[in-house]
Amino acid sequence: MTLALKTTDLARTFDIGKRLIGPPRGQVHAVHPVSLEVAQGETLGIVGESGCGKSTLARMLVGLLPPSAGTIEIEGRALDRADPAAFGRLIQYVFQDPVSSLNPRKTIRQIMETPLRRLYGMRGRALDARIAELFDAVNLRPEFLDRYPHEFSGGQAQRIGIARALAASPRILILDEPVSALDVSVQAQVLNLLADLKAEFNLTYLFISHDLAVVEAVSDRIAVLYFGSVVETGPAEKVFASPRHPYTKLLADSAPVVGKPLGGASHGELPDPLNPPPGCAFASRCPRASDLCRAEVPALRRIEGDQFAACHHPREP
Amino acid sequence: MSLFLRLLFRNKLAGFGAVVLGVIVVLALLTPFLPLHPPNETSTANRYLRPLSDGHLLGTDHLGRDLLSRLLWGTRLSLAVGFAAALIAGLVGAAIGVMAGYFGGRTDNVTMRGIDMLMAFPYILLALAIVAVLGPGLMNALIAVAVVNIPFFARNIRGVTVGIAHREFIDAARLAGMGHTRILLTEVVPNIVPVVVIAMSTTIGWMILETAGLSFLGLGSQPPQADLGSMLGEARSALITSPHTSIVPGVMILLIVMSVNLLGDGIRDALDPRLRSGALARPMAATRVDRAQVPPAKGDALLDIDALETQFQVGRRTYKAVNKVSLELKPGECLGLIGESGSGKSVTALSVMGLVASPPGVITGGAVRLEGQDLIGAPYELLRSLRGRRVAYIFQDPLSTLHPLYRIGDQLIEAIRVHDPVSRAAAHKRAVKLLEDVRIPNPAARINAFPHELSGGMRQRVGIAMALANDPDIIIADEPTTALDVTVQAQILALLDELRQRRGLAILFITHDFGVVGQLCDRVAVMYGGRIVETGPTQAVLDAPAHPYTRRLIACVPELGGGRRILAAIPGLPPAVDQLPEGCAFAPRCDKAQDACRRGEVTLDGTTRKVRCLFPEVAP
Amino acid sequence: MGGYILKRLLSAIPVLLGITIIVFLIMAMIPGDPATAILGSYATPENVARLNRFLGLDEPLWRQYFTWLGNMLQGDFGRSFRLNRPVLDEILDRFSATLILAGTAFVLCAVLGIIAGTISAARQYGFADKAITSVVIIGISVPSFFLGMMMILLFAVKLRWFPVSGMYSIWGGGDLPDLLRHLTMPALALSVVATGVVARLSRGAMLEVLRQDFIRTARAKGVHERRVIWGHALRAAMVSIIPVLGIQAGFVLSGAVYIEMVFQWPGVGRMLVDAILTRDILLVQGGVVFIAACYVGFNIVVDVAQSLLDPRIRT
Repeated sequence: MTLALKTTDLARTFDIGKRLIGPPRGQVHAVHPVSLEVAQGETLGIVGESGCGKSTLARMLVGLLPPSAGTIEIEGRALDRADPAAFGRLIQYVFQDPVSSLNPRKTIRQIMETPLRRLYGMRGRALDARIAELFDAVNLRPEFLDRYPHEFSGGQAQRIGIARALAASPRILILDEPVSALDVSVQAQVLNLLADLKAEFNLTYLFISHDLAVVEAVSDRIAVLYFGSVVETGPAEKVFASPRHPYTKLLADSAPVVGKPLGGASHGELPDPLNPPPGCAFASRCPRASDLCRAEVPALRRIEGDQFAACHHPREP
Repeated sequence: MSLFLRLLFRNKLAGFGAVVLGVIVVLALLTPFLPLHPPNETSTANRYLRPLSDGHLLGTDHLGRDLLSRLLWGTRLSLAVGFAAALIAGLVGAAIGVMAGYFGGRTDNVTMRGIDMLMAFPYILLALAIVAVLGPGLMNALIAVAVVNIPFFARNIRGVTVGIAHREFIDAARLAGMGHTRILLTEVVPNIVPVVVIAMSTTIGWMILETAGLSFLGLGSQPPQADLGSMLGEARSALITSPHTSIVPGVMILLIVMSVNLLGDGIRDALDPRLRSGALARPMAATRVDRAQVPPAKGDALLDIDALETQFQVGRRTYKAVNKVSLELKPGECLGLIGESGSGKSVTALSVMGLVASPPGVITGGAVRLEGQDLIGAPYELLRSLRGRRVAYIFQDPLSTLHPLYRIGDQLIEAIRVHDPVSRAAAHKRAVKLLEDVRIPNPAARINAFPHELSGGMRQRVGIAMALANDPDIIIADEPTTALDVTVQAQILALLDELRQRRGLAILFITHDFGVVGQLCDRVAVMYGGRIVETGPTQAVLDAPAHPYTRRLIACVPELGGGRRILAAIPGLPPAVDQLPEGCAFAPRCDKAQDACRRGEVTLDGTTRKVRCLFPEVAP
Repeated sequence: MGGYILKRLLSAIPVLLGITIIVFLIMAMIPGDPATAILGSYATPENVARLNRFLGLDEPLWRQYFTWLGNMLQGDFGRSFRLNRPVLDEILDRFSATLILAGTAFVLCAVLGIIAGTISAARQYGFADKAITSVVIIGISVPSFFLGMMMILLFAVKLRWFPVSGMYSIWGGGDLPDLLRHLTMPALALSVVATGVVARLSRGAMLEVLRQDFIRTARAKGVHERRVIWGHALRAAMVSIIPVLGIQAGFVLSGAVYIEMVFQWPGVGRMLVDAILTRDILLVQGGVVFIAACYVGFNIVVDVAQSLLDPRIRT
């Protein structure tokens, strides 16, 4: 197994209340040191609720945001400088809002040409041929190329976004909530397209979503994020079926499923990011929390087989 | 471009402005070739001639100079100076604004502090100071006016640039290998240009006024050369004896500035996409009703929505958002209304109490009866007295649905006292109790919080408390958990379910999530293309959907616990409700569709279970 | 709240310093030297040099600045050579007149503008809206000095309702009714443009707010439409109207310069124009700094009003 992507202690801190001179008023740890490994050809699903740091993580992985600490390796090569162009040939990003990710004043052809010209210096006939090939791959008609973004529905725009990402011939695609802006009937079309493309182009996916069922349906492995930290990782079929971390359990119980009674906890919310608790961030909502949990941050450790959890008192399966 | 011109001239006032300005500009351009007296030729014998005098159409001034000639030459000068000042201020200001907005950080901080400093002067002080340095003169007045206006442009353009620099397509361009310069030139600037054009076209008039003002004070053009402002300034001393010398240049300034402003507004309206679609219309207090006939009353349901038709009329297009929808709600019942975006589920819900934004919404048919009383077309005062008292709403996004500037307590107290004239103290007590009922911890203190101080889940609890304030019979919940995280969603759903059991509420629950419907609702109605395609008891519909759309919609939603799989997608897109196909709206995407499906109207048949399909999956 | 006001006051200090630097630099750039201006072009070089030394003009620029700033902080704005009296005394005399004129016009423009804009938005496309929009478009297009002249012709010369010019009658004037009679026309003429701008902006802000979800919520609660418009909507719209009022105050103050010329109103505006035309540098310098400082102070009031209205910026 070769590694497509490896992060070591990747972290990001944001300054709050910047001043012209002097230190900021406060700091928010959006992403605590995260170490992840994604194998070639694998789909790693990343789930978490709003404010868990999943988008910050994604933006660091494609070089749009310089990390505060830690390193990123893609296929064994370290990419520590935040230079989107250097990242671009290896790793690309598919945005959540398909329409706002396309410049409203450019035709689809101009949008598609940019990565091919800038990253690969393609010109003339080769350029046209490659665009036709990409459009064919995402099942879009070539006459769309001369239209403007506002003429497309969300599902079509997202296909264009995917085609643009593929134009850079990346090895890895970061999919940041790629279907949450779409209707369910269109959502399935895009998810299936992504599965086909992955096989066709031998891609590795990082699939970020808040929708547990979608993540479970498309991923090989899943990492659960809570308050900027990975709290659990494991194979997709095990993470929600037999969660080890109490937060994963809460997530799984909360997801509405036909035929299952209303579940989840009756209250409890995220801690204040400006004033985080000393120990485990989940302790205040956790039925299993002990004094240890409130004092010491648990590290991510192997619980059993390939399931890892950051918990002092992991659940039995 | 032709679209722009068409939009521009659709606006009659802008057209009028364009014509007037056009005539003035042409006259100004032709001035050197017209048979006029030389503008500076004095004639002491002919001082202060009245208009329509022999050889002097508009009369003469205090030195006997021909006013018409001076007016046209002055117009020429004023126009040129005004346009030049707007151009300079616009371009320099835009350049500063784009740089500061795009690069952000320290560049932005330092630049904007400087801009703030300049804006701390009332503009004329700065202009006067600049003229004081450079000395009086038209060119110097131009420079002063341009410099003084740069901060306004810079600030405006910076704001827009910041908005664009954070859009996702800028990130996409960086990932596609573009450098900063190229992104600025090809991604940012094209999106800024319309804003700069709007800003310039709406301020040229102002600049003309300002330069005329400086000239009026004697700080602009110097004699014998005259622009409109200095003509007015020179005429001031003879205001009472020879008013025409003042009126002539003054009216010309008014005409120029007004036509420029009208044209500028027209340009703004034509370039702003929001104004183009008429989206800036304000919704009226109640939805407009325009129905030909009222269906006869029947049944004894608590809420009876009967053949409701709601349309959006935008320009020449008519969107049939709700097309003959009939639903019934019994006391204490929870009815789920499910559909994709654009299916008309929210519009149905908002039509009940006349809350559909109007314009462009119009209720064109059907009835909504609350215990037999028709609410469609009811007098505003009756509708208002029922809103919140008998039928209450919970909306989707709890941040935007609460008033940001009122404390949540005041919003709750208002909801109580609108229908029940109790004292403020009594209402306050009830509000605390309501917050307690929706399980907000420490309600006595939280009641003084502003909405932005609460989390999303807490805000939605406040929204629910507000809906409960007058003990309504019916709650219409329009996707109340869609904007919330899954763990919070579970909390809110559990709360709603408990309140419903305890208070015997009837709930109309709008959602796009079958899981939620399955857990909460007794009955479900499925909408597609503005119509109900299937209704029935929730369990029966979910177990054995009768309409092919329902079956396939359920199949394409992944459910937790299913493991990794290929999903069954529905090809194609939902129909646009301004061009619905004949027959069944789902036919173009349906794998069972026959010719018969594409002809005539398909009816909703059945008793407890109803389905609108010629070839249902199971017999209803 | 107190913390916010304190913070806002402190943040005005660098702005005030910046203003003095800008004004000082602009004035230092004025060609020709003041000594020649004072002594006339026939002065001997020795006399010019002596006067320059006396005025401190042979010192390096930064030292001149600090001397000037230090003197100003002690209330010494220098002497106007033309009027031969302290600059500050002259400014204070004149400023009260400007304050009366501009203050009245500002209150007029704020009240009338907001009311007209709100009515216009609430009745969008109705008769009231069309009437208000038409008046507004003329209002923002007419030069205030021209309007003032026309008012004099009509109301003072023709109808004899108001005096032609000045602040008080020469004989037997000086009381409040006399002031009001003199004030009416200039204040109206001055407020017209600003009223138009405020009305326009209020209309736009109200239309924007009326489309918001929380307005729908208020209606769904059963709140009466009158209260929806004048309570919920107007309050939210004020968040974007108030900053514009701050800017408009600057425009009213600026417009006062023209109006003071037209109506012979004894304010700072006329003083400044005369000072520029006669190159009375110290008077210009002092006047500009003084007015700008007042304007900065006014904007602090605006910001505090804004923070009282909007809890989200009170951090």
